Amino acid sequence: MNRFAELLDRLAYEPSRNGKLRLLAHYFRTTGDPDRGYALAALTGALSFTNAKPALIRGLIAERVDPVLFGLSYDYVGDLSETVALLWPAANVPAQNDTDRRNAERNTLSDIVETLAATGKVQLPRTIALLLDRLDEKGRWALLKLITGGLRIGVSARLAKTALATLRDCEVNEIEDIWPGLSPPYLPLFAWLDGHGERPASDTAAQFRTPMLAHAIEDKDFAALDPADHVAEWKWDGIRVQAAAGVGADGIRIARLYSRTGEDVSAAFPDLIDMLVDARFGDAALDGELLILRDGRVQSFSVLQQRLNRKTVSAKLLLDYPAHIRAYDLLYDNGEDLRPLPFAERRKRLEAFVARATNERLDLSPRIAFASWDELAAARADPRSAGAGEDAEAVEGVMLKRADGPYLPGRPKGQWWKWKRDPFVLDAVLMYAQRGHGKRSSFYSDYTFGLWRKGSAGDEIVPVGKAYFGFTDDELKQLDRYVRDHTTNRFGPVREVAATVDEGLVLEVAFEGVQRSTRHKSGVAMRFPRISRIRWDKPSRDADKLETLEGLIAVSE
Amino acid sequence: MAAPILTLAPEGLYCPAGDFHIDPMRPVPRALITHGHADHAGAGHGAVMATPETLAIMALRYGEGFARSQQIAGLGETVQVGGASVSFHPAGHVLGSAQIAVTQGSEKIVVSGDYKRAADPTCLPFELVACDIFITEATFGLPIFHHPAAAAEVAKLLESVAMFPERTHLIGAYSLGKAQRLAALIRQAGWDRPLYIHGAMDKLMGFYAAQGVALGEVIKVADTGRAKLPGEIVLCPPSSVGDAWSRRFADPVACFASGWMRTRARARQRGVELPLIVSDHADWAELTATIRETGCREVWVTHGEADALVHWAGTQGIGAMPLHMLGYGDEDEAVDQTVQPA
Ligand SMILES: [Zn+2]
Ligand SMILES: [Zn+2]
Repeated sequence: MNRFAELLDRLAYEPSRNGKLRLLAHYFRTTGDPDRGYALAALTGALSFTNAKPALIRGLIAERVDPVLFGLSYDYVGDLSETVALLWPAANVPAQNDTDRRNAERNTLSDIVETLAATGKVQLPRTIALLLDRLDEKGRWALLKLITGGLRIGVSARLAKTALATLRDCEVNEIEDIWPGLSPPYLPLFAWLDGHGERPASDTAAQFRTPMLAHAIEDKDFAALDPADHVAEWKWDGIRVQAAAGVGADGIRIARLYSRTGEDVSAAFPDLIDMLVDARFGDAALDGELLILRDGRVQSFSVLQQRLNRKTVSAKLLLDYPAHIRAYDLLYDNGEDLRPLPFAERRKRLEAFVARATNERLDLSPRIAFASWDELAAARADPRSAGAGEDAEAVEGVMLKRADGPYLPGRPKGQWWKWKRDPFVLDAVLMYAQRGHGKRSSFYSDYTFGLWRKGSAGDEIVPVGKAYFGFTDDELKQLDRYVRDHTTNRFGPVREVAATVDEGLVLEVAFEGVQRSTRHKSGVAMRFPRISRIRWDKPSRDADKLETLEGLIAVSE
Repeated sequence: MAAPILTLAPEGLYCPAGDFHIDPMRPVPRALITHGHADHAGAGHGAVMATPETLAIMALRYGEGFARSQQIAGLGETVQVGGASVSFHPAGHVLGSAQIAVTQGSEKIVVSGDYKRAADPTCLPFELVACDIFITEATFGLPIFHHPAAAAEVAKLLESVAMFPERTHLIGAYSLGKAQRLAALIRQAGWDRPLYIHGAMDKLMGFYAAQGVALGEVIKVADTGRAKLPGEIVLCPPSSVGDAWSRRFADPVACFASGWMRTRARARQRGVELPLIVSDHADWAELTATIRETGCREVWVTHGEADALVHWAGTQGIGAMPLHMLGYGDEDEAVDQTVQPA
């Protein structure tokens, strides 16, 4: 348990993706079975046992620790699991005899997982107390996080699988392919990764297939491309999903909806799962955009956001925000892997498939007719008159795909391109800067910027957003120096810099859209803001006004 | 009851019978000093009495003329100061640190200063002195604080160094005491490569080495020809870890050695990637055991998390009083006064 707890600790403190991968790979390489398998299950959310409510934990500690001391400690620590882990009275006897040593061996993650899995609701408090008695602080903390479901350490299932792939030096997609047929503690998987075991067979029913991604196209790229070799579609401002359905090994029909990174998001979209589980959908996997459609019209991304990140999916939410899939590729169809086929071929199969499925929640992403790059540029500039019609506001650019290309996982070169609509740009004034994390921890690298508005005491700058990328390493150094030299106030890791009519640094901020927000002082929130240029030359009084940003709400919604 | 042995004056604890202060926060005519940390050992007093090591540390910090006169306190020797008799006893906190016992008639008070009970290769171990009133700090005076074995924390550090051989491990450690204790522990764990230090630590490192503490080869970062020091261990004042100074190293792993690293929120708030729970202060178990073992009738708590300790003393039938003394703190959270621009 301690090794797992240590891994969780290091992961929580490690800011970089690469560092996290190293820690995970090191753990999987140096930990035995079945412990590493249960750790993998814990990290990918595949463990299930009766969760303990915070009240249960509080009850256990109240029997053991003076309530005043508990209260003072909890106030100080601020996290229940951590407070209880630290306060739990330790047995603190070193292993003296064989019985002690056997008990210590039973403190493995697998032993604990198996114990919990066999525990019903009634015995849960007693079992947890016994386990806590056996563990040290680190182990207690990990156990409490596990059983209260609070294991948030910034590791996605995808990252854990990527770390696994390094064990065998294979592609993460190979693991993704066999993943749906596997279950904790993944003994055949680790045997194969270690090089002594067959590759586990893949259960293809409703499995996730690593999606194909596009490169951003630049002006210079067009010269080498022939319009006749390419197919164009709108780039929709929704969420990329993969919908898959089939019949499992037990003969029961299953349907799943995956995010781009392979997270199973089915629970949030019962309306779409209803469609997928219908027999007319067949045994298939399709790639498309998740959108909200009302009266056949695509809604803006800010409407879609209302549907996301909800704890419970109420009937009213389903009614007010009907989900929809606009399909653009077919990867699998009734036992046939279509991915090796050319795009043009897959497109024909997709058209037939959508026609056959006949569901109001599913339609086809239309093609854009064009004969030259100039024609496509015109369509991108004005989607409304180029076929997108009323849906034009949900278009964020165009996609370009080679007609003869197969469906390749990852981001292969020269196959798919995205040509985004130009971003919005405004000149804002730097107001606050905050220290970054990891490699950037010695730099003021997170910038809050503002725009002018009329206040009761004359013109004032109101904060409208925060950006922490878009600049080069050299520019970061210059910005850091500027912040240190112009600090007027400090609040912990945050510095306030001079921002007045006479003094201040203007930053050109690029962003994808803007919407109303009650959480922001300015009443608006930008999407995806980044620093596109530092305007050393521009006086702060000439920066843009808040009303200009407000004026973009209609355009961008 | 007779006149109290010690009272709380604006400058700090004061002994009327002996006309002296202990660890005063402002200049006074006569001061007895427990140890060399800046919050206890100020400059500008008339007469100063302390252990030879503490006097030497003060001279390193403030220059030879830090007080008008200096008197060496020998450990365990009883000296008459006015109407009070005084003795110094090891506190186990840093090199030269002492508790000060003051006796008047049949009543004995012990001012412990900062102390710890855990083993430390760089200083003498804490000596228990039975007393009527025990004055303690409570920096880590909550039951959540228990410092693990320092050797285990150092093992964690060396494991991380082995796992990330292309990165520099940059450890924030207070310049007086913590840095030397860590260096000695790293040596005990078998690390035989040079240890690199921030220039601000040079004087005190040299002083500890001259006192016979085994620190091995120690090199100032500024003196090395090697640029980024991948795979090496660098010690620096806590404030330098996230400073522009840290950018010279190879993708540094930010470490901090402090009792505060016990809680994850605190470590994360400081941007620490590898927290090392190593403290020169007593943890909860050490505080409560020490109070009990002194057999004191009353405990006074100078600063820190006094509420929990006072509550606990009450449950044990020991009288307890918080002194709420401002100005004392814990060195890890203080601005390190020895830091100069490197
Ligand atoms: Zn101290
Ligand atoms: Zn102190």
